[in-house]
Amino acid sequence: MTTFQPVLLEAVGVAGSYTLASYRSRGGYAPLERMLKEKQPTDVIELVKSSGLRGRGGAGFPTGLKWTFLPKDHPGPIYLCINADESEPGTFNNRILMEDDPHQVIEGIILSAYATRATTAYLYLRYEYPQCWDRLQGAIDEAYAAGLLGKNIQGSGFSLDLYLHRGAAAYICGEETGLIESLEGKRAWPRIKPPFPAIEGLFRKPTVVNNIETMACVAQIARRGVEWFRSIGVPSDPNNPRDPGSYGPKLYCLSGHVERPGCYEAPLGITARQLIDGQGGGVWKGRKAKAVIPGGISMGLMTEAELDTPLDFAGPGKVGCLGLGTAAVVVIDETVSIVDFLHNSCRFFAHESCGQCTPCREGTAWSLRMLERIRAGKGRLKDLDLLAEIGNTMGMMPGSTICGLADGAAWPIKNAIKKFRGEFEDYIKRTNPSGWMVTDPVPALQIVGAH
Amino acid sequence: MGPSPRYPNRRALTLPALHIVNDCLRYVPFEAVVEVAQLLGLAPAEVQDTLSFYQFFPQDKPSGRTRAWVCRSVSCALRGGEEILDHICHAAGIDPYGTTTDGALTVEPAECLGACDFAPCMLAGQTLHKNLTKESAEAFVRDARSPAGTPS
Repeated sequence: MTTFQPVLLEAVGVAGSYTLASYRSRGGYAPLERMLKEKQPTDVIELVKSSGLRGRGGAGFPTGLKWTFLPKDHPGPIYLCINADESEPGTFNNRILMEDDPHQVIEGIILSAYATRATTAYLYLRYEYPQCWDRLQGAIDEAYAAGLLGKNIQGSGFSLDLYLHRGAAAYICGEETGLIESLEGKRAWPRIKPPFPAIEGLFRKPTVVNNIETMACVAQIARRGVEWFRSIGVPSDPNNPRDPGSYGPKLYCLSGHVERPGCYEAPLGITARQLIDGQGGGVWKGRKAKAVIPGGISMGLMTEAELDTPLDFAGPGKVGCLGLGTAAVVVIDETVSIVDFLHNSCRFFAHESCGQCTPCREGTAWSLRMLERIRAGKGRLKDLDLLAEIGNTMGMMPGSTICGLADGAAWPIKNAIKKFRGEFEDYIKRTNPSGWMVTDPVPALQIVGAH
Repeated sequence: MGPSPRYPNRRALTLPALHIVNDCLRYVPFEAVVEVAQLLGLAPAEVQDTLSFYQFFPQDKPSGRTRAWVCRSVSCALRGGEEILDHICHAAGIDPYGTTTDGALTVEPAECLGACDFAPCMLAGQTLHKNLTKESAEAFVRDARSPAGTPS
């Protein structure tokens, strides 16, 4: 297939790409200056809405539509939070954008703040990205000095302050209301929605939370236009009025058992097989893929037979995965035990569950313990039914938790047991020949006195 | 609570304050919790509530002068990350989460560091160590524990 000419990643590899001078030499900030001079905030909302841009953070909600949820004529302040807490296993596209082209992100932020009438923007940056911090702070300082941030930007009457806020290594801070609680100085316990952040968000004021790659897309839409954006990707299904389509370029992170791990820009809709065999150079060591994660570990697993699934917003759902997520494709080769994979997944979610909701706190903790018991040679076939039950009952979708972390924890369990059940059963029978058929409760290792 | 230049209230300064303490002391002792609370106009229990949520902050004793986080999430695990973690701990003579007796090095497992293009990887101080091998892991431990070793 023809190679897509990078747009979001065009600066990667250019020396000094992260400086203001470099960004301006590539045409940067001219679109912003034009918008501030010629367009009203509502024009910019309309621009982004008609582009069909869907959020790149994992949920894929139409960005322009989200902006319209802000109350009209609110006295303010209105806040824009930029979610740079990128922590979904397999995902690193935001890191690359912030390190190599922070001004592209900042231009998108200023445009988005102008559209939503936000006067203060906080960029919540995960702790584990120290180079991003330095690059972003340097770019912010340059932008202030050039009058692109601060009071009365370019004489437009629009003022914006942009501050970096450092995270502390908690995955749940990537959840928009977890991020808000953390920014406010509290435990990052997500909030029940409604009210949605657009109505009552940061410091109880109207707030929009947007992803880093989404901000870069806003900058590119302002520069290259709606028609350009809509010429890329997968148009909405004409037979389905509720399908918003999958427009625009996407950054796909490819990792795991491939020859060339990396971040690759391609039109939305490339298939997993095309990405792996094309940009990725194929499964490593001449092996075959056993399973592939389509969009970060929360999305679950595709089998080798499902690799021709298009990686757009609608594709992975058709093969039983949670969705496109962060478009982080992780390849697992045929030598890996699916039991080991699921243990790794359950360990991650048990560690990261914030603990607020019982089905998630207990479900993630017990699923990890069960995988550990199975790997220790004490598994039973009945465990698979219990794991499937946990997978089906914890989450926002079954209606039992406040946020979607539990759905993300559940999906790898559901997919792994459904699509690889034979391998689980063989493993349990082989490693626990005398006990795999037992259905009695597992005896407690320690009896804890209550008094 | 009065405003600060960046935030409409002081409570939002909690996490930045905890980071300042941790950057200086390599942990957040109880005395710091009380002092931060006084500066921000909060109850110490409120600061402790936030602090205890973020396991990132040690509370009991300082981390080693170099704090190494070795990624164990799926992409690094697929490329030998767990073996590298074992190897580093063995080379340093400690268990995961432990600190060497000379106070030079703490090694902890980390969840996805967002550097899967360079798996297996590790964050030590401000430096990302990429494409780790047993040899580069051993060299890292030697450097961290050498008299001239400084946190990167």
